[in-house]
Amino acid sequence: MTLRLTNTAKTYPDGTKALLSTELSVAKGEIVSLLGPSGCGKTTLLRIIAGLEKPDASSEIWFDDDNVTTLPVERRQVGMVFQSYALFPNMSVRANIGYGLKMQRLSKPEIDARVTEVLEMCQLQPFAGRAITALSGGQRQRVALARAIAPRPRLLLLDEPLSALDASLRETLRDELAILLRKFDITAIFVTHDQDEAMAIADRVAVMSHGRVVQSGTPEDLYRNPTSAFVAGFVGNAMTLRGRVKGSTLHLDGGVLPLPKDGTGQTVFVRAEDVRIVEDGPLRGKVETVTFLGTHYRIGLSGITAEGLASIHSGQTAPKVGTTVHVAVEPAALMLLPEEAGAA
Amino acid sequence: MLSSKTKILQLIVTLSACAFLLVPTILSVMAGVTANYFKGISSGLTLKWIYRVWELYADSIFLSLWLAFACLICTLIIGLPAAYGLARNPGWLSRLLEEFISLPLAVPGLALALALLQLYGSMKGFRASWTFILVGHVLYTLPFMVRSILAVLGAMDLKTLEEGAATLGASPWQRFRDIVVPNAMPGILAGALTVVTLSIGEFNLTWMLHTPYLKTLPVGLADSYASMRLEIASAYTLVFFVLIVPLLMAMQWASARAQRIAK
Ligand SMILES: Nc1ncnc2c1ncn2[C@@H]1O[C@H](COP(=O)(O)OP(=O)(O)O)[C@@H](O)[C@H]1O
Ligand SMILES: [Mg+2]
Repeated sequence: MTLRLTNTAKTYPDGTKALLSTELSVAKGEIVSLLGPSGCGKTTLLRIIAGLEKPDASSEIWFDDDNVTTLPVERRQVGMVFQSYALFPNMSVRANIGYGLKMQRLSKPEIDARVTEVLEMCQLQPFAGRAITALSGGQRQRVALARAIAPRPRLLLLDEPLSALDASLRETLRDELAILLRKFDITAIFVTHDQDEAMAIADRVAVMSHGRVVQSGTPEDLYRNPTSAFVAGFVGNAMTLRGRVKGSTLHLDGGVLPLPKDGTGQTVFVRAEDVRIVEDGPLRGKVETVTFLGTHYRIGLSGITAEGLASIHSGQTAPKVGTTVHVAVEPAALMLLPEEAGAA
Repeated sequence: MLSSKTKILQLIVTLSACAFLLVPTILSVMAGVTANYFKGISSGLTLKWIYRVWELYADSIFLSLWLAFACLICTLIIGLPAAYGLARNPGWLSRLLEEFISLPLAVPGLALALALLQLYGSMKGFRASWTFILVGHVLYTLPFMVRSILAVLGAMDLKTLEEGAATLGASPWQRFRDIVVPNAMPGILAGALTVVTLSIGEFNLTWMLHTPYLKTLPVGLADSYASMRLEIASAYTLVFFVLIVPLLMAMQWASARAQRIAK
């Protein structure tokens, strides 16, 4: 199914503008992630798509050629995985997964067959008869997913499905979820505030900030060509090089850097992996911290730009704390972005 | 040494408190099965007083059971949706409503009865029918039902559970039937037992509302104390205990269970 939102906005009764006028399209079979910091309106957008929240008057929501804007949630045929999973405590795992099928008035043997199939897909057979309270967090998450997809929804919506889990479990389940979603071959929207999660699971990421989608594209695209300071900072943790731009040079506390083009009125960003410690670099900085990370060192530098700078250093040895080093950055690795008001 | 002394003291205090409560009860019950109370146990044990109670007051027993049942149905029909509504719409208005429903708890039964008499006393057909007493009982027991269900519903994320069911295609009625009611069951059960126990045992209000043809179990008890031989009144107490004690125990068990779930 393709999903199309036009001019969709949400103002809560208390006046909070949680979602500003938003356009969003999701192609058939595509897995899109809504990525943004807490409070930026991701859940609101997801709930509007599900039909759990009524959008402002101008909004339109299309599932293929059906305008579902006023269709109540129970008739939208969406599957939803809630942040808290919302599993029914009065039903077993099997009954939870079969509930949506029961609502579709399928016959008992049909329900049994479908539930068994989904249980198998999600590797939940050993827990079929268990009570919800007798499951671990990871198992609950899988039951929630199984329950959502069992009725074969037109669209699957997931609201931070991994955030309730331990950090150690999260990474394994993240990859498992990416595989499962591909196996279901379903159009899905996945909400998260964790860029690694979004990158690992989604075909396309829509970055949200302050109630609007600021940029959407493949993970590579967002990483390499951010169009705003916010995206550069949020996806891939780009750092600001704060200094004075004069034509195509950048004057920093630690020296002068050539820019790839005229940078008047722009802010310059760089990523830690592009900050290289070399003998003859044009910038000079003091080593503040050295963190050994196995394959590389992460080195914190001061004296180059006000906010400090980090460098990923992959040599066999690292410079000592307190020493002064020379630093170079390829002009091509610098990202010049318009300074925007209100960016987080 | 000291601690064993305190323990013995504690034991004595506890036992004497129990005796204080139990001895009159046992004496009363014994009187109900004694052939002649004034001659004492030596006059022999008999069940004839219990038969007499049955002959005289079977109607009261059935009326009380019927009233309790009808009261239970009414409090369920009113209380379950009310508790659900309050749980789904938290806020100051709900709190206010909850307090309002609970008002009969704070008002003495006599005052409640007086209010009912003033309001409906002139409606002769209603005044003389069992439904008049029922109204009093429903008013008096409703807060227990509502609070008991509300405690259980308030302890779970009802809104999200219902939203989960809605995304799976459940209509509002199906959500209520499949999610709300089953999950509220411990509260409903505790509330139901409380309502039945209170309705069967209620005296103040019922005494004011009853007519000579409509005596409930406790009103009958008062009547038997006032106008029958002591043995019959005592036998009546025995019958009353047999009815109310198992209910009381079931109520305590169910309330404890509901509280465990609500915590
Ligand atoms: N029911 C509500 N009433 C009023 N404001 C709300 C409500 N739900 C969310 N908000 C506000 O809307 C904004 C977006 O919330 P949400 O969509 O939950 O963000 P996210 O999921 O990205 O963390 C937040 O500022 C939040 O406080
Ligand atoms: Mg959220």
